This record gives sequence, C-alpha cells and structure tokens, in this order.
Amino acid sequence: MAKRALHATEDAPWVRWTVLGLVCLFIGLMLVLPLTSVFVEAWRKGFDPFLEAISEPDALSAIKLTLITAAITVPFNAVFGVCAAWAVAKHNFRGKALLITLIDLPFSVSPVVAGLIYVLVFGLQGWFGPWLIDHDIHIVYALPGIVLATIFVTFPFVARELIPLMQAQGTDEEEAAVSMGASGLKTFWRVTAPNIRWGLLYGVLLCNARAMGEFGAVSVVSGKIRGETDTMPLHVEILYNEYNFVGAFSVAALLCLLALATLVLKGLLEVIQPEVSGRAVR
Amino acid sequence: MVTLAPEAPLLPAPRRSVLRRRSAVPGFGLTLGLTVTILSLVVLIPLAAVVIQSAKLSPAEFARAAFSERAVHAYLLSFGTSFIAAVINGVFGVLTAWALVRYNFIGKTLLNGLVDLPFALPTAVAGISLATLYSPNGWVGQLLTPLGIKAAYNPTGIVIALTFIGLPFVVRTLEPVLRDLAADVEEASASLGANRLQTIVRVVLPALGPAWLTGFALAFARGVGEYGSVIFIAGNRPFVSEIAPLLITIQLQQFELPAASSIAVVMLGVSFVMLLVINAIQAWSRRMG
Amino acid sequence: MGQGDHNPPPHPAGQADGAMGIHIRGIRKRFHRFPALNGVGLDIRPGELLALLGPSGSGKTTLLRVIAGLEFPEEGQVVFGDQDVTYASAAARGVGFVFQQYALFKHMTVARNITFGLDVKKRKHRPSKEAREARVEELLKLVELEGLGKRFPTQLSGGQRQRVALARALAVSPKVLLLDEPFGALDATVRKSLRRELRRIHDATGVTTIFVTHDQEEALELADRVAVLNKGQIEQIGAPHEIHDQPASAFVAGFVGEANRLEGEVKAGVFHAAGVALPAKDVAAGPAVAFVRPHQMVLAAKGQVAIEAKLERKVLNGPVGRLEALLARDQVLAAGEPGATVHLAVQDGYVFAKD
Repeated sequence: MAKRALHATEDAPWVRWTVLGLVCLFIGLMLVLPLTSVFVEAWRKGFDPFLEAISEPDALSAIKLTLITAAITVPFNAVFGVCAAWAVAKHNFRGKALLITLIDLPFSVSPVVAGLIYVLVFGLQGWFGPWLIDHDIHIVYALPGIVLATIFVTFPFVARELIPLMQAQGTDEEEAAVSMGASGLKTFWRVTAPNIRWGLLYGVLLCNARAMGEFGAVSVVSGKIRGETDTMPLHVEILYNEYNFVGAFSVAALLCLLALATLVLKGLLEVIQPEVSGRAVR
Repeated sequence: MVTLAPEAPLLPAPRRSVLRRRSAVPGFGLTLGLTVTILSLVVLIPLAAVVIQSAKLSPAEFARAAFSERAVHAYLLSFGTSFIAAVINGVFGVLTAWALVRYNFIGKTLLNGLVDLPFALPTAVAGISLATLYSPNGWVGQLLTPLGIKAAYNPTGIVIALTFIGLPFVVRTLEPVLRDLAADVEEASASLGANRLQTIVRVVLPALGPAWLTGFALAFARGVGEYGSVIFIAGNRPFVSEIAPLLITIQLQQFELPAASSIAVVMLGVSFVMLLVINAIQAWSRRMG
Repeated sequence: MGQGDHNPPPHPAGQADGAMGIHIRGIRKRFHRFPALNGVGLDIRPGELLALLGPSGSGKTTLLRVIAGLEFPEEGQVVFGDQDVTYASAAARGVGFVFQQYALFKHMTVARNITFGLDVKKRKHRPSKEAREARVEELLKLVELEGLGKRFPTQLSGGQRQRVALARALAVSPKVLLLDEPFGALDATVRKSLRRELRRIHDATGVTTIFVTHDQEEALELADRVAVLNKGQIEQIGAPHEIHDQPASAFVAGFVGEANRLEGEVKAGVFHAAGVALPAKDVAAGPAVAFVRPHQMVLAAKGQVAIEAKLERKVLNGPVGRLEALLARDQVLAAGEPGATVHLAVQDGYVFAKD
C-alpha cells in the first residue's frame, strides 16, 4: 500500500513524538512529581502518622480558621462579583473600562503588598491603630485581618468570570422581563440568575481555592500565633520550618486534595457550559 | 421633514430629573454604588495607605530605603528570575498548547486538567514540595548533584518555583488563539509550496505572537510578586537569593514600616507598568485579530 | 377598530377600552456623538397597525425602544393616551415587546415564558393559577401552537419561537404591542405566512400595534399606515398607497417601490433630462432628480420625445411582459429582443429639487 502524504495541517510522526515527549517531561518535572511527592512525603511513615498529624489540636484549629475565612470571603466576593457584573455588563456608563481595570487590580499586586496595606491601615503604627487599641478591637494579627487580606487577593475572581459571560448574554432577556412588568429583583432571580449560575459557580470555585490556599498576604497580617491565627498554609510553613516534614506534608496533602477537587469540578463545569472556561487567565 | 399637526393637545413638558433614567435594566445606581464603595474600602483606600506612608519620607530617605544595595539586589533578582521563568514557560507553553489543541493522545484530558494545577494548588504547598524535590537529596536533586548542578537554595531554585507558578498563563492564553487559527491558512501556505517548517515559522507562529506576549507578560508579572512558593526553595540569602517581596516582610518584622512601604511602592509601580504593558499588548492583538 | 376617532376622551388611568393612541413629540436621542433620533414627532391612532420603515441606521428601532421604555430620550415627550410616560420604566408602561431575536427565556418552558408577565405581578394583582393556565391555553390557541406549552424554546423552530414571543407579549394584555423586525430572522416562506398571522392577531385583539421593518413589501402589505424614517427623522407618514404613489421626498420615492432615478434640471416648472420632459410645477428651478416607476414608462411612438436604450433582458411571466434595458445607468421597461435598441417615453414621475 502506498504511503499517504501528510495532510497540510499534520505534523510528521517524529515531530509529534518529540513535542509530546518534551511536554510530558516538562509537565512531569514541574507538576506531576511535586504533586506526587506531597502524598509520598505525607504517607512516608504510614497512614497513621498522617492521620495523627492532621488531627492534632493546632492542625484542627488551622483547618477551622481556614474554613471560617473561606466561609466569609467567598460569599462576600460572590455578592460583590454579581453586583459589579450587573453594573458593568448590563449598563453603559463613562469610566467603565477604568472600573474593570480597578476591579482586576488585586491580581497584579504582590500578595505581600496586599498584606502590608492592611497592616498600614489597621496595625499598631497604622492609621486606625491607636483608636483600635483604645477600643480593644483587633484586626491585624486576628481573624478580621486575615479575612480582609483574603478578600483582597480573591477580589476579582467572580466579577472577572461573570462580566464577559453577562456581556455576551446581552440585555434582551432582562428587557423582555422588565417590559412585562417584572421588578429588578424578580428580573435578576427569574431571568438572569438561571443564565449565570454555572459561571458564578466557576468563579466561586476558583475564589474558594485561592481563599483557602492564600499564603503571602495572610502571612503578613496573621502574626502566625499557633492555634489562634494560623491558617492551613501558614501551619504548613510552621511545621516545615520545625523540620516536622510528615506534619507539614500531611496538612499539605489535605490542601492538595482541595486543589484536585477544585480541578475536577472545574473540568466538569467546563463540560456543562463550555463558555465559562478559560477566563481564569484573561 | 414633515411637521405633524398635533392631533392631541400637548401636555406640560416633563421635568428632566437629575437621576434621569439611563437604561431600561434596573438596579444600575444600587449595584454601581455598592461596587464602587466596596472597591474603594477594600482595595483603593488601603492601597493609597502604602503610598501615603512612604510619602512621609523625604525623597532622600525614600531613595535610601527603596534603593538600598540590598533592595536593588532583590529587585534585580526578582525581575531576572521571573524573566527566565517566563521564557521557559514561553517555550514549553507553546509546545503544551500545541499538543493540547492539535494532537489526540491518551491522557489528554488529564494533561489539560493538570495545566491549571498552579492556579488551584496553594503556593506554600508547591513551595515545600519543590524544595524537597530539588534539594540535593531530593528525588530530582540527587540526579542533578553528580552533574554539578545545584537546583535549590539559590537563584536556580527561584526560577524553578516561578516556572511552576507561571506555567498556566502562556498555555491558557495561546490555546483559544491556536484553536481559532483556521486550518485553511495552513492549507493555503502548503498549497503555495511551503514545507511544514516554513508554514509553522512563517504563518502559524506570527499569528500566535500577540497572545504569546500576553501570556509571557502575565507570567512575568505574577512571578515578580510571587512569595509563597519561592521562599522555601530560595535559601533567602541577602544579596544572593532574597526576593523583593521577602525583603518587605523582613522590614515589616523589624517594624521598619516606611522602608517596607517604600519597597512596596516600587513593586506597585512595577505592577502598574506591567498592567499597562499587558493592556497595550491586548489592545494591539485585538487590532491584529 | 377606531381609526379616525383621533381625539380620545381623557380617562384618568389610560384607556379602559384597550386601544390607546400614542403621541410622540420632538424626540431627540444620541448614542455618544451619533444622533439616532433627530426630532421625531408622530401620532399613532388607537388600534391601528403602524409600520416604521427605514434603512438600517435610520433610527426606527431606537424609536420603538423609546416608545417601549427601553431607551430614554434626551429631549421630547412620549404620551400614552393622556399620560406622559417619557421617563417611566418599561415595567410601568404596560407594553408588549417582541424582540428581534425573540429573547425567550431559555430555561423556561413555552408555557412559563408566556405566563411570566402574570407570574411576576404583585400577589394582590396576580391572577389565580387556573386563570394563568387558561390564559396560556387561550394564547397558544391564538398563535396556533396548541399542545406545545411543555416544550423548551430550543426545541422549537424559528417561526414557532416567533409565535411564542408574540403570545408572551400579549399575555399581559398590553395597551400597545411593539415588534422589532418581527420577521427579520425567518426564511421567506415562514415570513409570508407569519405576516398574515400578525394581521389576523391584530384584528382579533384590536391592540395598537407598531412594528419596525426595513422590508418595504412587508410594511406596505401589512400596515394600516407606514412611517418612513431616514437619518433619525420621519420623512413621510401615510397609508401604504399614499407612500407608494405620492412620495413626499426624494428619499421616499427612491426607497419605497421600484424607481429609475434620472438626473436633470428644472426650468420654468418643467423637468428636463436627456429624452425626458416632466411637469414640475412646485419645484424650484435648478438641478433636480426625477424618480420614474416602471409603469410610468412606455414604448415610445414615432416622433415622441424618448430615451434611447439598449435591451438587456426579457422576463415574461404573466400578462405583463417585463423587459430590462440598459440606460445610461438605469433599468427601464421595454419590448423587443435582447440587444435591440428601443425608445422609451417617460409619461410621469416624481421630481424633487436636488439638495
């Protein structure tokens, strides 16, 4: 049988194999190995030390603090994101492009700077420092500071996901609802919400992953008091610096599971609604 | 133009209210008000604090704090390692995106999901894991040591961490462009007598240019500010492997708020410039597209 | 349906009997710097079916959206019956609006789409569930979609979606029905049958109806009156035959119906062009254009003033033969074999001064 010529968009087999080989090597070294090594290190001494490490009181309190932080941050940013997307995507006004850039701003600020700004506002030497001390209110080195810093670094996720989605959907359906006498709230709940639910979930998912995993910003404002202002990523650092590698990797393994669950759910959402994908990067 | 005789008497003209309706879709005032308020309280005012704090210093003091020898070393290190990492991601990002869009192979879905891992994995986890892997007695490190390569606790380690962090950017910005690149362009090139290499070099890669630059700039910008994944593998020696964000935290721990703010202002300036550059690239690529 | 009785008695809360007149005064609306509406005035009679006809960019859709309360003008007044609604919300106006792309709610069944306007009413004004279901059945019957209430919009053809959009707009018993290019997205056969459908539904409900179209055939065939828009202004408003036979401006003469455009000059009340002389009493002397409909030209008798033209194509269908001839730049009617030279006499036409 005569050999068929390659199609114009086809690569020669050796090119294919070289590209695939390089990609696998790169992804293997950069992503697969680090991911595997976390679980290997965590279970190096068997499953029991792993369970022990994640159930000791300081670890449990870190898990609790991380969950509380996410439970405040994610709904806050979801509401903000919907609000911002409604204003930006369904209306025209001057300064719209600037507003979108400002909403995106936290993504281009170093997490350490994000933590620093709250220390400058609420810290001992900060703007409101003396007043807060007088009234015995703790923001920096306490839960409110951690929540604020987390809100800052996860600020754009939901808005950035929803704005292009809602812009693409246009305003026809909302206008139809309004022309039939629906109020603003009813229009949102009955017409807009069903159209954006998957996009919203996608944004919330990414927001949650970052909120639970944030390290830089939180490490600046938390004070890292064990058992008190210690989130899971910070706890990983503390244990690692104490050469408690099994402990550190055990908590890290929990965070890995969170990341993997996020990726799986994200993949499912991309199958359910292809339009939502690929906006994590702009 | 035909003027119409009014068939009905005109009513008194309506008064134009200050809050004249702009749009038929309701809720504009409320949602825009909330958005701007929250944005100001959470983002803009605190960011202004860092500028105001550093403005308390005289220009000379500011220069001494922001551009001390140690700080300058830190900036150069952060920019240099981010640049190298972005270049590495630029090369492998093209290959990965190409494989994901053009080839069918077993495990493609898995590979596709894995690419987003750096977005989902907490940076501290990536940091300790990479540090352990590439340290001299780690899985990869012990293979490199006999070759005389030291891949952890030095700038090489920083490049490795930043490559991890920036990996999705180039892949994910290239993918849609590559997918939309019509096959007929390549077919046209082939029908005009170009061989495969000529087609790729002269037709395909130029079309990917703007998207590649965007991905490169995003990866670079992310790398400059990165903290969590770097500090475990960097070694953190002043003048050698101490990145700029780390220097901020060190100054902060010593309660040197003005110094910390000065470095932060420089970094904010860099972020701002990067944001402008990225926007410019995107505006340019939209014009090209 | 109340044409003619143009001055409705003022009811305090709009028209109780359904059909309502609309009065539009001096509407101006611009998008950024582009003026979309440039001082539009229009009176729509109660119960009439009015077409807004114009090329794209003429402002016809903007005018419809201003009437609906989906856009708000910078200047001018919109009056429903005797109520000023210029800045009232769409929700408060009680209009039914059919969108060009239908804007059906994709996640709701056809029945839920239709009752939406009733479902969102405040509890004390909301009809009972049975009443709403009965209304759906009634409307599905009206638009001839019985039995499709449980389908989703994606399971319907384009023509069916259009009918659902119409039923949905009618469900709230609107005082005015507004349709934006109602047949624009449909293929030619469906378009024709839906056109008759709209006329039937309008006659059955008697509701004041305004629709936007760029298709002159649609406007002339369907509407009681046609308003021709150009560049954000109304060029002419009148019954279809008036628009066609007595165009008020050069734009209308050229846009509505087939016409040959001849350039020439008016001297002493007569339009002159090569081989053409037409009376033009009311046109000022100077450069002018004449629009000549095909039926206003005949084959010239010997010795008559005529245009010489070369025959291009002959189309014979039905009792009237239709022949296309090459003029300097225009097409006219003639007889003979393709390639032959013919002489055409222009008997009548519309002359306008050139601006």
